[in-house]
Amino acid sequence: MAGFVLRRALLVLPSLFGLLIVTFLLIRMVPADPAAALAGDNATPAQVQAIREQMGLDQPLPAQFLRYLGDVARLDFGNSSYSSRPVALDIRERLPATLELTFAALLIATVLGVPLGVIAAVHHNRWPDFLLRVLSVAGIAMAAFWLAIMLQMLFAMRLGWLPLRGQLSVGLTAPDGPTGSVLLDSLIAGRLDIFTDALRHLVLPAVTLSLGGLATITRFTRAGVLETLQKDFVGYGRAVGVPRRRLVWIYVLRNSVVATVTQIGLLFGGLIAGAVVVESIYDWPGIGSYTVQAILTADSKVMLAVTLLIGLIYAVVNILTDMVHALIDPRLRDEG
Amino acid sequence: MLILRKFARDLPAMLGLGIVLVVVFLAIFGPWLAPYPQDAFQSHLLQRLKPPSAAFPFGTDNLGRDILSRVILGARGALKVALAVVGAAMAIGVPLGLLAGYTRGFVSELIMRVTDVFLALPQLILALALAQLLGASTESAMLALALTYWPYFTRIVQAETRRLSASLFVDALQGLGAGTWRILLLHILPNALSPVIVRATIGLGFTILVAAVLGFLGMGATPPDPDWGLAVAQSRTYLPGAWWFATFPGLAILVAVLGFNLLGDGLRDIADPRLRRSR
Repeated sequence: MAGFVLRRALLVLPSLFGLLIVTFLLIRMVPADPAAALAGDNATPAQVQAIREQMGLDQPLPAQFLRYLGDVARLDFGNSSYSSRPVALDIRERLPATLELTFAALLIATVLGVPLGVIAAVHHNRWPDFLLRVLSVAGIAMAAFWLAIMLQMLFAMRLGWLPLRGQLSVGLTAPDGPTGSVLLDSLIAGRLDIFTDALRHLVLPAVTLSLGGLATITRFTRAGVLETLQKDFVGYGRAVGVPRRRLVWIYVLRNSVVATVTQIGLLFGGLIAGAVVVESIYDWPGIGSYTVQAILTADSKVMLAVTLLIGLIYAVVNILTDMVHALIDPRLRDEG
Repeated sequence: MLILRKFARDLPAMLGLGIVLVVVFLAIFGPWLAPYPQDAFQSHLLQRLKPPSAAFPFGTDNLGRDILSRVILGARGALKVALAVVGAAMAIGVPLGLLAGYTRGFVSELIMRVTDVFLALPQLILALALAQLLGASTESAMLALALTYWPYFTRIVQAETRRLSASLFVDALQGLGAGTWRILLLHILPNALSPVIVRATIGLGFTILVAAVLGFLGMGATPPDPDWGLAVAQSRTYLPGAWWFATFPGLAILVAVLGFNLLGDGLRDIADPRLRRSR
């Protein structure tokens, strides 16, 4: 198993290196001269040249790339031009909020998506299946920004059941804690009032973010269960009198989840990307709203760091997914 | 014929086909169908934010423009972006996939590693980064989307080509002395086309969605374009009073994307013989 994990991890390295090259080329593609932009309108050519040398922009591209690699290795992404704080610090402070939102969305998607997928498969090509198929495609087709606004309009503005935006009500501050997540830290500190408030703030963003994932999980579970239902053991099970419910919900489901587990893994990365839109609408203080701010203020250092971070999360999640696979299905370990 | 009959029985797929036909129809004839075609750019401040009524079935927006007309007129822009992006992505991705699948060695490896890098990143983030670098406009959004969508085609075509290039008819063609590009374009490509068509159909819907996100974030269409995503973004200041302003353009996005996805799913069921057998 250790060898398997190591092999998988090594396979990711070329992709990560490629990611570094792509992001490096992205910043070098900026049409404007960054040195001139930094020096301002009144700078003399000599001043611009000095800044260019200071930034290493006068060196050949490979040398600049090495310098860039060094910066990335030290997690030195420079200062955000918007918050004028180190980008790495900003990201560290905001990452827990995004993870909290992403995990909540993933939880909703899995808890609802798997049973819905089983129901669709059991009623294959009858109306529950048609309905769930259309609904699950609609879930993928729905623009998250629009769903977010619709939910805000209904549940926050009109009915007033849930807060409109933010992570905590005005006047409450998150307790300091080891995790940086408001939910966990308030639980650890025993502040149930803050926990409840944070949970109420989490509902709408998490539901919005979960929708696409819910649809995907439903579809893959449906496909997996449909395939397993064709297997011989299902017929034997029925013949020896295993109750139908037990057969479907335990034996068939257990044999069908492999594809779903992959999807849950892949979804995690997709959800973090989706958080960009959702967070900015709900003012959720995570990486996503930070990214949108960076876009609007043309803060390329933040864009770069976020792109790298999400690429890295993708890669790590892929390895973890493979590991879970190998745990579920030992045959995969040998194929490497 | 059997396939056609099967497709006709697939209710969700037929629904998708119907929606796609309507979207295409609106994109072509929109300016003649919209009740107020001049509302693409003209504002009427006296009738701003009017709720849905007989004269304005979807209400009016913050500049007094008929939302129904702008939803209809928006179809052309959305479809144009989607077709251009998917077309460009195919133009880049398909030849690269053929090349990577048919040859072995350095070039093939390089193409697939670059493809992997692009596939390892969420398209939205990459497109946002690119669009930001290129400056906000519909053209840069299209370029950003095309530059991030081609790997999906490369991956599919490479796998199909690799599978097909081991088959007997390719051996025969090689034996007869057919040139590489002749084999690839005339013999392998037509056999690899059905997954490409499926991916392109779903890609059209997906592109409409991502383009709407870019428009919503201010990285795509610019006012006064009758863009659906942009309209939802503009509506946010006037909520919850002017609910119709946010609702109808968003519904247009949902229905259009839903149509392409349902159609793509239906086509996939037909194109994938493995799935066909299991039904």
